[in-house]
Amino acid sequence: MIPLSSYLIVSAILFAIGTAGVFLRRNLIVILLSIEIMLNAVNLSFVAFGRSLGNVDGQIIVFFVMTVAAAEAAVGLAIVIGLFRHRESLNPEAFTTLKW
Amino acid sequence: MLALIPLFPLLGFLINALVGRRLPKTVSGSVASAVMVASFVVSAMSVWQLAALPPAERVLEQTLYTWIASGDFQLDLTFRVDALSAVMILVVSGIGSLIHIYSTAYMHDEIDSEYARYFSYLNLFAAFMLVLVLGANFVVLFVGWEGVGLCSYLLIGFWFKKRSASDAGKKAFVVNRIGDYAFILGTLLIVTRFGTLDFLRLAEAVGPMAVEEGVFGVISIATLLLFIGATGKSAQIPLYTWLPDAMEGPTPVSALIHAATMVTAGVYMIGRNAVLFSHAPETMLIVAVIGAATALFAGTIGLVQNDIKRVLAYSTVSQLGLMFLAMGVGAFGAGIFHLYTHAFFKALLFLGSGAVIHALAGEQDIRNMGGLKRYLPVTYWTFLIGSLAIAGVPFLSGFFSKDEILYETFHEGHTILWLVAAITSLLTATYMFRLVFLTFHGERRHDAPAPAHQEDEESAHGAPAHHDHLHDAPPAMALVLIVLAVGSVLAGYVGVPHALGGHNALSSWLAPAFLPGTGPADAVLPAEEAALELTLMGVSSLIALAGIGLAAFIWLTRRELAARLAHAWSGVYTLLLNKYYVDEIYDAVIVRPTVRISQDGLWRGFDVRVVDAVVNGFGSVVDASAAVLRRLQTGSVRAYAGSLFIGVVMILGYYLWR
Repeated sequence: MIPLSSYLIVSAILFAIGTAGVFLRRNLIVILLSIEIMLNAVNLSFVAFGRSLGNVDGQIIVFFVMTVAAAEAAVGLAIVIGLFRHRESLNPEAFTTLKW
Repeated sequence: MLALIPLFPLLGFLINALVGRRLPKTVSGSVASAVMVASFVVSAMSVWQLAALPPAERVLEQTLYTWIASGDFQLDLTFRVDALSAVMILVVSGIGSLIHIYSTAYMHDEIDSEYARYFSYLNLFAAFMLVLVLGANFVVLFVGWEGVGLCSYLLIGFWFKKRSASDAGKKAFVVNRIGDYAFILGTLLIVTRFGTLDFLRLAEAVGPMAVEEGVFGVISIATLLLFIGATGKSAQIPLYTWLPDAMEGPTPVSALIHAATMVTAGVYMIGRNAVLFSHAPETMLIVAVIGAATALFAGTIGLVQNDIKRVLAYSTVSQLGLMFLAMGVGAFGAGIFHLYTHAFFKALLFLGSGAVIHALAGEQDIRNMGGLKRYLPVTYWTFLIGSLAIAGVPFLSGFFSKDEILYETFHEGHTILWLVAAITSLLTATYMFRLVFLTFHGERRHDAPAPAHQEDEESAHGAPAHHDHLHDAPPAMALVLIVLAVGSVLAGYVGVPHALGGHNALSSWLAPAFLPGTGPADAVLPAEEAALELTLMGVSSLIALAGIGLAAFIWLTRRELAARLAHAWSGVYTLLLNKYYVDEIYDAVIVRPTVRISQDGLWRGFDVRVVDAVVNGFGSVVDASAAVLRRLQTGSVRAYAGSLFIGVVMILGYYLWR
C-alpha cells in the first residue's frame, strides 16, 4: 500500500515541472504541453485523495478536468496556428501588441 | 354612462389622429362632428335622468376605478354630474358640436392632413374639457385642466409656420403654467388639511367650520391659491395677457376655447368649490375686486383695438371679469348664468367675425372693412343679435344674466364694484357697436397701414386679400350662426328674475350644487327688493342703450370725431392702443431678468463652471491616472501568467501560515 503522501509528492513535482515549463520555455506548443502537465498533477492529487478517503467525488471531478483539458487543447492549438500564420513565430514574446 | 361623454370625443381624436391623414375631408370632418353630437346626446340623456331625481339628491356618479390608494387616502377616477356640471356639459358638448360643424366649412381650404390634425385637436380638447367639468375631485379636474391647456397651445399654434402663432401658443402655455403651479399648491394644501380631494367630501368637511372672518387662515390661503390658478386659465389680472395673443389660432378655436368653454373653467372651478370659497370672505373680496378691475381694464382696451378678433378677445376678458365679480360677491348662480349665456353670444360673435374674415380672405383689421352689411346679410344680422345680447339690451340673454350680476353686486352692498361693473357695461355696449358699425356699415375702406409682412393670414387661406368677390357664410357656417343667434335671444329665459314675474329656474336648479344636501332655494322676493331690482334693471338698460347710442353717434354719423378724440387725448389713446404696455412691463420686469439670470448665472455660471467642471474634473483625474497605470500592461502573456501565479501563491500562503 503506497501512502497518500507519496502520491502528493509526485503530484507536487509534476506541478512544479509544469509551472517551470510555462515560465521558462519559449515555444507556445511546449507551454501548452506544460499546462497539460499541471492539470494532470492536479488530477493525480484528486484521485489520490479520493482513494484514500474512499470517496468517488475526486474521480468524478477528474473526468470534468479531462474534458475541459481536451477542449482547451483544441482551442489553444487553433489559436497557436492562427498566431503562427500571422508572425511566422511561436515565441510568446512576439505577441505583445494585444494591449491598448 | 357618464364616461361615454368624454370618451366619444376621445374616440374621434383617435380616429383623426391615427388615420385622419388618409381620410378625405368630408369623412374626418363628419367623424369629428358626429362624435360631438353623440356626446351631446349622452349629456342630454344624463341631465334628463338627473332632472328626474328630487332636487336634494340630484347627483349621478360613475366610478371607473381607484386611481390612488395610500393608507387612509383614496382617490378614485370618478365622474359626477350634479346641477352645476349638468349646465357645463350641455354648454361644452352643445356649443362644441356647433363649432365643429362650423369648422368643417371654415377650415375647408386646408389640405387633408392639416384638416384632420385640426379636428383631432378639437376633439381632444372637447374630451379634456368634459373630463374637467365631470371630474369629481381635484385631481381628475386637474387632468382636464391641463389637457385643455395643452389643446389650447396646440390650436393657438395650429398655423405653426407663422412665427407669431407659435409664439402666442408658447406664451399661453407658459402663462398658464404660473397659474397651474398655484393651483397645485392649493390642491396640496387642501389634501394635507382636509385629507380628501373629493368635492362633495370637502364641502361636507368645510361646511360646519367657522367662516374665516377677518383672518387669513388655511381656507383663505387655499382658495387664494386656487383663484390664482383660475386667473391663469380664465385670463384675469395679472395673468390675462395670453388670451388676446391666442387670437392667432383659427377663429372657431377662439370661439370654442378662448371664449365659450375653456376660459370659463376658472369660474366653474370656483362654483364647484362654492362652500370652500364662502368660508373665506377675504378671498372672495379679492376675487370680486380682481374681477371688477379686469372687467373695466379689458373693456377700456377693447375700445380702441383695430383687430376684429382682438376686440372680441378683450371683450371676453372683460365678461369673464364680470363672472368673477359675481363669484366674488357670492352670487354663484349669477356667475354661472352669465357663463352660460356668454357661451352663446360670444361663440356667435367669434363665429360671425370668422365669417367676415373668411369672406375677406383673411383680413382682420376693421379699418379695412365697412359696408359689409350688403354683402353678408346672414353674418350681419346674426352678429347684430350677438352684439345686442352682449350689450345687455332688454329681453335678450345677456340682459338677464348681466343684470343679475349687477343686482347681486349692489344688493350685497358693494356699491363701488357695482359702479365699476356698470361702467364696464357702458364700455361693452360702446365697443361692440363700434365693431358693428365699422365692420358692417358705411362704405368699404382700405384705411389701415399696409402690414409689414404680407403672408400673415392670407397664406393660411391661400388666397390674395381684397378680392372683391365677397361671399356670405357657406351653409354649414350660416346654419350654426343662426342656431347660435336663436340661442343668444332665448338662452336667458331659463333665468328670468322674480322681479319680472319669472321663476329664475336656473338659479333654483343650481342652488343645491352650491350648498350640497339642500333643495332649491325658493326665494320669495320682498316688494321693495323687487322695486330695487327693477330700478337697477332700468338703469342698466339705459346704460346699454346709451352705449349703443354713443357708438352710433361717433362711428356712424361723425367718424371724424373719433379721430379728433384720439388726437385730443393722444396720451390716453396711445396707452390704450398699446394695452397699457402690460406686455412690455412683464417683458422688462419678469422675462428679461429671467432670461438674463438663466443665461449668465445659471448657464454660463453654474452649469458651465460647476456642473460641467465637476464632470470634466472626474474625466481628467481618470485620464491622468490611466496614463501612469497603463505602463503595467506590457502585453506579454508570460508576465501576466507570472503575476497570476505569484498572486495565487501569496493568497494560499496567507491562508496556510496565518
